[in-house]
Amino acid sequence: MTMKIPYYPGCTLNTVAKGFDATAREAALKIGFEMEELKLWNCCGATFPLTPDNLIALSAPAKVLSNARKEGDTVTTLCSVCYNVLKRTNKVIKDDKEKRGVINGFIDSEYDGSLSVLHYLEVLRDKIGFARLKEAVKRPLKGIKAATYYGCMLLRPFEDIGIDDAEKPTIFENMLSALGATPVDFPNKIECCGAHLAMNNTDVVEKLSGNVMTSAVDNGAELIVTSCPLCQYNLEKSQKRLIEERPGYTGVPVVYFTQVLGLAIGADINTLGFEKNEYSIMPLLHRKGIVAGED
Amino acid sequence: MKIKLAKEDIESSKIQLIERVSGEEMRRCYQCGKCSAGCPVSFAMELPPSQVMRFLQLGRVDEVMKANSMWTCVGCLQCYARCPQGVSVAAVLEALRQIVLRKGTDHERIKDVPFPFMKSAPQQAIVCGFRKFVS
Repeated sequence: MTMKIPYYPGCTLNTVAKGFDATAREAALKIGFEMEELKLWNCCGATFPLTPDNLIALSAPAKVLSNARKEGDTVTTLCSVCYNVLKRTNKVIKDDKEKRGVINGFIDSEYDGSLSVLHYLEVLRDKIGFARLKEAVKRPLKGIKAATYYGCMLLRPFEDIGIDDAEKPTIFENMLSALGATPVDFPNKIECCGAHLAMNNTDVVEKLSGNVMTSAVDNGAELIVTSCPLCQYNLEKSQKRLIEERPGYTGVPVVYFTQVLGLAIGADINTLGFEKNEYSIMPLLHRKGIVAGED
Repeated sequence: MKIKLAKEDIESSKIQLIERVSGEEMRRCYQCGKCSAGCPVSFAMELPPSQVMRFLQLGRVDEVMKANSMWTCVGCLQCYARCPQGVSVAAVLEALRQIVLRKGTDHERIKDVPFPFMKSAPQQAIVCGFRKFVS
């Protein structure tokens, strides 16, 4: 029987990042598990409050967790921010009895923090295994130099998240290696993209995301792979300025890891949402002979 | 510049409020500067993270409240990850934001957010931005 994994999509994957959601579900089926969407869920709040007295802001993610617990003992997310918010909220509820009482009072629940919050990458690494993933590859991404961009929320704070080493993570690189690609290491892979400052400080975002892009490209990257819709948005948008300011810079595709995952395990190329990317991956795939065709 | 140190400034009710809301103790910071070095946005801050901490240690809350630092912090937690004392300057800056927002003073007006951004940005950016900038 196919393993079913309770899945929390979150607000962005239900709207502007639908392709992230669809490619993940499709890839799961091909690998041998099913992402089963929670029957009842709401937005997680998209930010974990950094001030410990701000318990009201934990009521939205606590409600997600409390409802998810009724359907099982794990919940899996794709978006780095959802993952961060849900995992940290869960830890507060589990470890702090007093706060647990207050939060449960807000949402009329008796949730105890007994859920295990997972990222899709963790499912691939720990439940499937990268060796088994490698066996599922039908279209190896041979010759593609791919930079893995972690950003902040997938990693920090280390003691709450703990998916990987906070300064030198490798989970993304190991996944890409299993898919046949060549991971590119670069200094800015755990630096911030500028996040929500996209709302009112595009100068800072363009600088931060621009630094991520040039750092990756200067180290040989032909493709950027990420797990956060906001990182993806900022990295794509920042390249307009790079193209204007850097001679010879022509733009690099920034895709979700599930898009290249689907590509490698043989999904129909037309279902991977590549047409939504501002800088197309297709010329690269043609050049490397992974997909037949010309630029 | 002459700095006068007074107990009533260092332990003022404003400092106590910042410590309570942030959950951080100002005096734990020993000014190594690793937060400012690791902070990706310190270049755009009028007072970089380590200086925010220093001003607060000296009880100079007004200068910190006037600086753009709290509104420039993205909350990426690099300062906290690198701090040898385990201090989260990000939490201190969020406390400063919260102190402003909890009085009902908005930093950003929703109607001023550009329409193309609202139309194309990931929802999480809008939700997060409102939480950080709107009371």
